[in-house]
Amino acid sequence: MILMKKILMLSGLLSIFLLITGASIYTDSEPKPLKIYQKDGVVVNSYDYNSLEYFLKKDNDTTYVVNFWATWCVPCVEELPSFEKLNKEYKDKKVKVILVSLDMSKQIESRLIPFIQKKKLRSKVVLLNDPDANAWIEKVDKSWSGAIPATIIYKKQNRKFYERSFTYEELEKEVNQLIK
Amino acid sequence: MKSIKVLAVVLLVGVMSAFTVKDSGGYKLGDAVEDFSLKNVNGKKVSMKDYKEAKGFIVIFTCNHCPYAVAYEDRIIALDKKYSKLGYPVIAINPNNPEKQKEDSYDLMKVRAKEKGFTFPYLFDEGQKIYPKFGATKTPHVYVIQKTGKSNVIQYIGAIDDNYEDEKAVKQTYVQDAVDALLKGSDVPIRQTKAIGCSIKA
Repeated sequence: MILMKKILMLSGLLSIFLLITGASIYTDSEPKPLKIYQKDGVVVNSYDYNSLEYFLKKDNDTTYVVNFWATWCVPCVEELPSFEKLNKEYKDKKVKVILVSLDMSKQIESRLIPFIQKKKLRSKVVLLNDPDANAWIEKVDKSWSGAIPATIIYKKQNRKFYERSFTYEELEKEVNQLIK
Repeated sequence: MKSIKVLAVVLLVGVMSAFTVKDSGGYKLGDAVEDFSLKNVNGKKVSMKDYKEAKGFIVIFTCNHCPYAVAYEDRIIALDKKYSKLGYPVIAINPNNPEKQKEDSYDLMKVRAKEKGFTFPYLFDEGQKIYPKFGATKTPHVYVIQKTGKSNVIQYIGAIDDNYEDEKAVKQTYVQDAVDALLKGSDVPIRQTKAIGCSIKA
């Protein structure tokens, strides 16, 4: 009988513990950046991969389009206007574009921020500063070779990964499959 | 009884193909590499068979324009200086189509090789024919190859080390560890890694 009580008490404690930790997992606050870069009114937060994962696994009814790019990557820069257009045109349809820059951390103030200003980027830009890429490339997607541009489009558990470039029409087509 | 056997084979093949990892094709670890003959920055053709004394090769797909490739240039020179005399010379290959990426033209390769004082051949993959055989997808992308009798076998595929941005912060020197192991006759500790790089422009 005493044993029974002990088990009951333990399981009670366990469920309280799970409730608390579970609740903290589901609070939707952005992770603390490694560093905040600020210049001429543009703010870019940098994250290591573990913190960045927050942006890759949001669990709500928004469709997220996460694009891995860099200012020096020619095909990435070429497809940026399509992502910008998508972010603007699909705002009311709960679609959000997040641009994950892989620019070198020494070139944020000298290169990335001036680029964001010049191109008047409106989508959210974050910096992934985690040089041990072998440790996280496969966490983004098993099939990713590490070449950019690369894009994840997801809504809740439904996700697709693409190691390729996009036109606006191609992006629209993929996103329309998810927003329904 | 026969039909059961057939069914089993069909099932087995089905299961195997279901678990085959999708990849970009090209050589895998343990594959024998076909020799190539590509033009070096000095105008002469280079093949693996030209290296009679070599024990193997460090083949690196790299280029002029990619910041990751540029960040690794000094480390590539250091690799060649250390390992060519031990029997593992560096062979660098630019896989990009200069029509798509003008900084990677043959003429600009010559300029870059001279500026940096490359101690190794810097070859131009004219027509972009060799890199798909390797399955290289980006620059830099390294293949450590061991000579075994008559064939050249892939022993390592991936990154040079674990920090492109800061050489001083490197903890794992993947390529050096692979070549050191091969020179000692032991197994390569980490045989495959992934790195961020500039996608190859064909």
